[in-house]
Amino acid sequence: MSVIRALLLSIGAIVSGCSGNQSALAPNGAPAIHVEHLIIWIIAVCTVVWILVMVSLGVALWRKRRVETQGRTTERRLAMTVSAAVTATVAIVAAMTIASFYTTRSIGVPGKAALTITVRAQQWWWQVIYASSDGAPGFQTANEIHIPVGEDVRLELESADVIHSFWVPSLAGKQDLVPGRANSLLLRAEKPGVYRGQCAEFCGLQHSHMAVMVVAEAQVDYASWVAAQRADAIAPADPAVASGQSAFMAKPCAACHTIRGTSANGTTGPDLTHVGSRQTIAAGLLETTRGSLAAWIVDPQTLKPGNNMPMVPLTSIELRNISAYMESLK
Amino acid sequence: MTHADGGGSKDASLENAELQTRLASIWSTPSGLWGVLSTVDHKIIGRRYITTAFVFLALGGVLSLLMRLQLAQPEARFIGPDRYNQIFTMHGSNMMFLFAVPVMQAMAVYLVPLMVGTRNIAFPRLNAFSYWIYLAGGLLLWIAFVVDAGPDVGWFAYVPLSGPQYTAGKRADIWAQMITFTEVSALAIAVEIVVTVFKQRAPGMSLDRIPLFVWSMLVTSFLVILAMPAIMIASTSLILDRLVGTHFFNPAEGGDVLLWQHLFWFFGHPEVYIIFLPAVGMVSTIVATFTGRPVLGYMAMVMALIATGILAFGLWVHHMFVAGLPRLGESFFTASSMAIAVPAGLQVFCWLATIWAGRPVFKTPFLFVIGFMVIFVIGGLTGVMVASVPFDTQVHDTYFVVAHFHYVLVGGAVFPLLGAIYYWFPKLTGRLMSETLGRWVFGLIFVGFNLTFFPMHILGLQGMPRRIYTYQPEMPWSGLNMFISLSAIILAAGFILFFVDAIRSARSGPIATANPWGASTLEWAAPSPPPSYNFARLPVVGSLEPLSTGSSVLPVAAGLRIDRRELLVTSVAEAIPEAREASVGNSIWPLWAALATTVTLIWSIFSPWAIVWGSIPVAVSLIGWFWPKGVPEDES
Amino acid sequence: MKEDTVLDLTELPEHGLGTASLSWWGTLAFMLIEGTGFALSIVIYLYLMSLAPRWPLDAAAPDLLAGTTLTAVLLASLVPNALVARWAHNQDLRKVRFGLIIMSLLGIIPLILRVFEFPAMHIKWDQNAYGSIVWVMLGFHTTHILTDLVETLVLTCLMFSRHGNNGRRFGDVSDNAMYWNFVVATWLPMYACLYWVPRL
Ligand code: HEA
Ligand code: HEA
Ligand code: HEC
Ligand code: CUA
Ligand SMILES: [Cu+2]
Repeated sequence: MSVIRALLLSIGAIVSGCSGNQSALAPNGAPAIHVEHLIIWIIAVCTVVWILVMVSLGVALWRKRRVETQGRTTERRLAMTVSAAVTATVAIVAAMTIASFYTTRSIGVPGKAALTITVRAQQWWWQVIYASSDGAPGFQTANEIHIPVGEDVRLELESADVIHSFWVPSLAGKQDLVPGRANSLLLRAEKPGVYRGQCAEFCGLQHSHMAVMVVAEAQVDYASWVAAQRADAIAPADPAVASGQSAFMAKPCAACHTIRGTSANGTTGPDLTHVGSRQTIAAGLLETTRGSLAAWIVDPQTLKPGNNMPMVPLTSIELRNISAYMESLK
Repeated sequence: MTHADGGGSKDASLENAELQTRLASIWSTPSGLWGVLSTVDHKIIGRRYITTAFVFLALGGVLSLLMRLQLAQPEARFIGPDRYNQIFTMHGSNMMFLFAVPVMQAMAVYLVPLMVGTRNIAFPRLNAFSYWIYLAGGLLLWIAFVVDAGPDVGWFAYVPLSGPQYTAGKRADIWAQMITFTEVSALAIAVEIVVTVFKQRAPGMSLDRIPLFVWSMLVTSFLVILAMPAIMIASTSLILDRLVGTHFFNPAEGGDVLLWQHLFWFFGHPEVYIIFLPAVGMVSTIVATFTGRPVLGYMAMVMALIATGILAFGLWVHHMFVAGLPRLGESFFTASSMAIAVPAGLQVFCWLATIWAGRPVFKTPFLFVIGFMVIFVIGGLTGVMVASVPFDTQVHDTYFVVAHFHYVLVGGAVFPLLGAIYYWFPKLTGRLMSETLGRWVFGLIFVGFNLTFFPMHILGLQGMPRRIYTYQPEMPWSGLNMFISLSAIILAAGFILFFVDAIRSARSGPIATANPWGASTLEWAAPSPPPSYNFARLPVVGSLEPLSTGSSVLPVAAGLRIDRRELLVTSVAEAIPEAREASVGNSIWPLWAALATTVTLIWSIFSPWAIVWGSIPVAVSLIGWFWPKGVPEDES
Repeated sequence: MKEDTVLDLTELPEHGLGTASLSWWGTLAFMLIEGTGFALSIVIYLYLMSLAPRWPLDAAAPDLLAGTTLTAVLLASLVPNALVARWAHNQDLRKVRFGLIIMSLLGIIPLILRVFEFPAMHIKWDQNAYGSIVWVMLGFHTTHILTDLVETLVLTCLMFSRHGNNGRRFGDVSDNAMYWNFVVATWLPMYACLYWVPRL
């Protein structure tokens, strides 16, 4: 079985370099690992079945034919063989059904998880809501979920508009976010790392650019990340950044985005309180740098055609300052 | 009332030549435009249907090449997201609703009456109507696409994306109404096939002597009858939600988003067997002919067809494994989906045994059957894989599923279909296709297909979702995608060569005899191509293989009238003659009815009142259709 | 291939009746299609009900009068309908003409009653999903009454025309009668569902 995995991985690797961190075959969380075992096992069994059928086909086609007594005995022998093959089929599919059933049970959503996070999908980004806990306030972020390593994390999946599907293959199978329904998913990462995922249900124009990063980190790192995210946005010290902030508040930006600690409290777009701390912007579209922020702000519609952020006319100074401000929101 | 002029108008006393002229004069279609528009000959309509469906295949193939062009490289900018979404929606909807289902039914429209030994299909005018409605639906979809109003919500148009809030304009309505057109035409053919098979079989063709292809079409027709109402209701509800503000799919007002998915897949899963079962019938036919012996296990094959048909209605949830339904319920659908491997396997094993026991002749149709075996079994096995809930949570909506369904659709249905075209081409046109080109066509398509679609399994496992118009360079998918796109060129070359061969052979291929392959089913008893009345005298059937009983004499029945279109009605089980029955003549009314229906349906995208006003011309044309014209066919 | 005549069909009737008629089977097939449609609409109704916190959604249970009267009329119409079918079988032109006139009237009365059924639901189609499914079910069934009525009217005209006295027409009359039975039969579960399920 590991042969098959190696084979699949290497076919992938030969043609494309590496198998990446968004792969069902590179699992790193218990649910994904269980499923990977099942995948490998089922593929192996099916490969054997296919080879057997092909060998029989080959022999049937090209076997030497004697001047035959096409008698009843041949017919009966063949009928017996067919029945045997059908019986084998029944046994194999029964085994696969049972195996699936037990795998499903082993990855079911548990009643209690160390942490519960609400993920609200929107066209075309992920709103991530950490509820308040132990008296500490909650906070929001976007397109990036941090989780502690080695813990069961429960995601409450909601949708603000159409159906999306949350899928981080290295950690767990996918689950749809359906308007009007409450779904949930169990995530778990065994090793620290950044796991990429992507919306898997067609959701309109920018379904292609709706990635999500799951950052799994050790308990301490996670705790300090949470503390940082809870804090309000840092007041700008640099004058350029400060004028970026006032431009942001004066322009329509503030009507759509929230920056905690400022007057910006729009809810149409992602919470930007700590946008500079996120690895990517616009749902995995670009790495977060001052340049990419500027590129995004000056013309979001060229970079991600059809997304819900309009182009806001800015002077080049305003643009420079706003980008600096965004970058400073660590 | 009964006609008293006994012998003179009956065929019994006539010489063959005389009989054939008399029959031709009452059955044939007048030449010229009028004949084209008013014919009810199942062969003319069947050929027309097949040709149109293949045009849609070519168009859908061109769309797939556009997608492959866009996907060859990361962040390519040939096609924007808006157009890409239209393209894959068009590709899927076109291939399923305008190509695959209609082409299978079209083959049946042409072949079933010949294979059961009758002179025309049951309800010939409905048949004509069905074609016009189908054509109208296809034109509606494609014209909308050309003017940039093509649907862009995927071939299963999930709400709420396709609902009133998220798809403005008329794109989703056009999709929904195209469904109405194609379903009306599919239902019409299903009814015709059921009645033709039940009541118009040649005397002596009892249930256990029905050719397997006919059995497969009978089961398929029942699937159509029981499955299509679900999609009709679904698409009507969608249009109502969008047009008059009903709330079927609106969770805020008590509606439900998953209701759509249940309705769609309650139809959608049987739909794939509606495509696949006829192909199975074609495989059985070709296997029998090119191994020179009947398919082993006739009863088992029939039972497998029926079992697949019944099971098909218990699988739909396997398309919704990640929608959040209760896990235990889902496991039931894993079991039922896996169970379908049993009848599928049974058929595969029976064909293998037949080949084993027979003497295979490697002509082009048989090559396509071999290709079918290789590819379909892979597709079926990946089907079994995705039937497992945990497995599917990783590959659902990825290229793994895209690979699965192309393996079963192209390998399981298009390969047998191409084989069937090579096989029945002489019966369709009177000429043979080229054996040399046929080998090239097979080779190119077989190699091109596997190179194009096999890597998609890997892409899926590597996390590439479907329905994305582009992907980012940092994802490890670009190499395989480029490879796939290049391979698609080989595949396209194979299809183009097929079209070239078909068009050339139809004009100038070698003339075929009545039975060029030495086959044993009844259609080969008629000349190639058959005359308008199919059989001068109706054959009488005494075995499963009426043409291979060793004798060169065909038992026939006499006594049908020749002053009106007359055919024979037989009993359902034993095919004992019950009555001679008139078969209607040519009529322009089906065309009028189709036009009136088309105007009504398209108008109803814009206003609900269209149904009220449109029903008047529809009713008028239907009355014109059924009102007796005083011709012999109308009187008893 | 040489032909050898082994069967003589001369003595067969020139038109089949009942199960020997193609249109009988065709009607049956269409009934199967539409019956599936009716069944699905009931399934949708029950499905929406199973999701709703209360049922009917934001509406009082429907008033019984119009619907129950209509049900009674439909049931009563089965008797003359059976008679028409019998007369058609006996090819009794005079009685069939009379029966068709009665059946035309019995097709019109339910339509009039139906007009009162829609308001008796106390909900509009665009208020919520309950309203949507209720209106669609009623509308769907109404189109069946309507199409059968049109067919009956056309047949009535035919029977009074020179084409009337003909075995084929009598076959059409009995197929039409069979279809009316279907229209009545499908209404009964719809009636139970629309009027009584909300009262459970
Ligand atoms: C011709 C069409 C066709 C056929 C025949 C099939 C056949 C099967 N399909 Fe497929 N399917 C599609 C067309 C088809 N499918 C399409 C179009 C979609 C996608 C729709 C969309 O999302 O756009 C789809 C999607 C689809 C899904 C949903 C995947 C997802 O969206 O995540 C599933 C899940 O269970 C599934 C299962 C199966 C199964 C179990 C079979 C079985 O019938 C296969 C049975 C056959 C065999 C198993 C091979 C022969 C058997 C043997 C040689 C015996 C030995 C076998 C064993 C021991 C196992 N199919
Ligand atoms: C029977 C059905 C059928 C068939 C035959 C095909 C055939 C092909 N399909 Fe398709 N496909 C679907 C049914 C089918 N498909 C469905 C249902 C979907 C899902 C849609 C959705 O998600 O909504 C899909 C989706 C789909 C995708 C995924 C798109 C996405 O998710 O973004 C891709 C991508 O590569 C693809 C590729 C192809 C290719 C390369 C072929 C090739 O096999 C095509 C080969 C044929 C040709 C290339 C034509 C050659 C002819 C000419 C060039 C014209 C010459 C003209 C004359 C001589 C007159 N298909
Ligand atoms: C009409 C609402 C709207 C306005 C006005 C608006 N945005 Fe946005 N913004 C959005 C939406 C919606 C997104 C998410 C886009 C996506 O990824 O699909 C977004 C995303 C962003 C992001 C990336 C956030 C992330 O975490 O990925 C930044 C940065 C941003 N906006 C800054 C700005 C600035 C600066 C302005 C003003 C010049 C502005 N926005 C104006 C709606 C708006
Ligand atoms: Cu969100 Cu696809
Ligand atoms: Cu399915």
